[in-house]
Amino acid sequence: MATFVDIQPTQQLDPIKGVKKMPLEEFFTSGHRTCQGCESALVMKLMAKAAGPRTVVLGSTGCMYVANTTYYSTSWVVPWMHTQLGSSGSAAMGAASGLKALMRKGKIKDEPINVIAFCGDGGGADMGLSAISAALTHPDYNLLILMYDNESYANTDIQLSGSTPYGAHTTFSPPGKMKRIMHHRWKKNMAGMLAAGHPTCKYIATVCMSYPLQAMNSVRKALSIGGPTFIHSLDPCPKGWDYDPMQSHEMGELAVTTGVWPLYEVEEGVIRLYGKTKEIAEGRYKRFPVRDYLLRQGRFAHFTDDDIDYFQSKVDQMWDKWLVPGVIPFLKEVETDHPPK
Amino acid sequence: MAQAVASLEQQADKTALITGSEAIAVACKLADVDVITAYPIRPYDTVMQYVAKLVANGELDCEYIVAESEHSQFEIVKHASAVGARVFCGSSGVGWMYAFEALTVTPGLRIPMVAMVGNRALDDPGAFGVEHNDALAVRDLGWQLVWVDNPQEALDTALIAYRVAEDRRVFLPCAISCDGAFLTHSQALVKIPSQEKVDAFLPPYNRGDLLLHPDNPITVAPQVNEDWLMEIRRQTAAAMERAYTVIREAYAEFEQIFGRRYGNPFFEEYQTEDAEIVLVGMGTLSTPVKVAIREMRKEGKKVGFVRVRWFRPFAAEELAKTLGRFSAVGIIDRDFSLGSPYLSGVLATEVRAAMYPAAKRPPMLDFICGLGGREVTLPDVKKMSDIVYHAAEGKPQPLTQWIGLRE
Repeated sequence: MATFVDIQPTQQLDPIKGVKKMPLEEFFTSGHRTCQGCESALVMKLMAKAAGPRTVVLGSTGCMYVANTTYYSTSWVVPWMHTQLGSSGSAAMGAASGLKALMRKGKIKDEPINVIAFCGDGGGADMGLSAISAALTHPDYNLLILMYDNESYANTDIQLSGSTPYGAHTTFSPPGKMKRIMHHRWKKNMAGMLAAGHPTCKYIATVCMSYPLQAMNSVRKALSIGGPTFIHSLDPCPKGWDYDPMQSHEMGELAVTTGVWPLYEVEEGVIRLYGKTKEIAEGRYKRFPVRDYLLRQGRFAHFTDDDIDYFQSKVDQMWDKWLVPGVIPFLKEVETDHPPK
Repeated sequence: MAQAVASLEQQADKTALITGSEAIAVACKLADVDVITAYPIRPYDTVMQYVAKLVANGELDCEYIVAESEHSQFEIVKHASAVGARVFCGSSGVGWMYAFEALTVTPGLRIPMVAMVGNRALDDPGAFGVEHNDALAVRDLGWQLVWVDNPQEALDTALIAYRVAEDRRVFLPCAISCDGAFLTHSQALVKIPSQEKVDAFLPPYNRGDLLLHPDNPITVAPQVNEDWLMEIRRQTAAAMERAYTVIREAYAEFEQIFGRRYGNPFFEEYQTEDAEIVLVGMGTLSTPVKVAIREMRKEGKKVGFVRVRWFRPFAAEELAKTLGRFSAVGIIDRDFSLGSPYLSGVLATEVRAAMYPAAKRPPMLDFICGLGGREVTLPDVKKMSDIVYHAAEGKPQPLTQWIGLRE
């Protein structure tokens, strides 16, 4: 009998030991027209750098499609193809399955080729969730789905997504005279949900490009571990979050040090917190108040003290009450929830 | 080459009693398809059941993926085709509509996907039976659309579809429409050709300079906006124009290698040589129409039938010339186009448009018939023929009538 799951070998991508050991070659270069201070463009650049030249990238609709691939001035050095907004999971499956079939049948050279599909939070956490989930259940294909999360549909004028934080001012959730908080949904926990729900997926991680080395090594691990993998990157967005573009890096750090954005990886089912998140969990680092993070951003300028306290209480709950702190929102007992009026 | 073809012709075909769906699954095997995606919806899904069994038995070596929606089904094969894989996919009714976004982008990407549509009424209300509106919904987008009416034609057309779609002059997707139940689930004796014949007919898929691969690092489907969209759209339109020639070539070579003749690839004419009036339709309603014609001819009524195979590209000039020979034409639409000119169906609207520049334009009537899988009966066909005869005699008739309707 044939084996039921037949995974191809992956590329050997060793961890990068330090910033000075980063490869010099760029596979996402000039030609793009992202906003000043765009962290997602940095995600593309370092993701491509980590993956190297034998890579196919599929990009679903969003900022990183519209701004990066103007006809005649593409910024991609590796082959790149547009995919529909909700199709990052399907695009990755398609390219990976096509390459696999052609290699097995001797129609093209048999070699490990990285397949990466990226999506924004709208394409991933909203519309594409079903296809991403499906891709993560197929053990047969080596692929990485990377969700760059700037917490809104930023390309289409900053509309809220399922990944927009509670209370944020977007063009679809403007504060008004009757309603101060138009967006009262809590941000989806994508990485935690996918890790909990896809037990055969070998690698799921959260990253932030304020910590580029860890993020690049996360990409390398995801591409070399075998099977489908997922990375969720939090990307500060000067336009959508309304802050000075020079503060993008600092904003990412604040997201982590306030505990709003936990950094972790789930590798073959084993959870490992890393960086400042690990120090927070081990009590070696005191979380900054979320006020320091929220009030730096215009999208929370309408928040009252009650709103900030509520936001703080929900973040505290992540760390103090969740059975796997910062990762999975299972509780031991029912917690009361009193959002401000 | 001629000698090789001659020796192929002597190879005996195997004969099997199979359905239209199974015939297309066999074609997938013969075409050595690389990636196939499935998602359940009746009635097309029977093809994937046969494909699954072929894969399980080791008769078909492909990546066979059960997707989580039709949208993903078509997106997966779209990207597999972009990296050079030969692909197959399909759907029915609202499933096809669920994939609509993926269907929309596929022609512009010049992806030569072959899909089967098991034609089914669109919900709501629910009906499993045939209507052609599902496949017809993509008629403006660059999909080649072909209707077949028996399992042999389904198998042959699937092979022809790969050959035409993957021709570098075309590189457009092709959907093969099979009427739900009447073809997807109905068996007939089918001659299954040898692998050698198929290999002689169907060259490997070569994506050439459009290949998505690290050895060919291109950017596919960038943002072009008003600067370039029209030029690129025009290229896709030109590909559809070239498909006329490529389809003709493919049928000619098909006949040479397989020894089966389809005549005019674009439409079939039945007993039209001496016909006074003709009916026009697509798909399996050909069976009751042909039987009724044989009966009517015993009564001295010289009725003919034109079965449109290729709806896209549409053989307008040729069809107009043919239909101009008759004293009146009745078009049977197994579809609807609510609010369209003269409240007709899609086929009638297209045929009227095709006829406008013609020198001879006989009266043309439309019949909406057989919706939701309702049988088109012999009395229905005779009734329609009588109405067309009245029009031929100069008696004014409503331009559109619903036939077989409880009123």
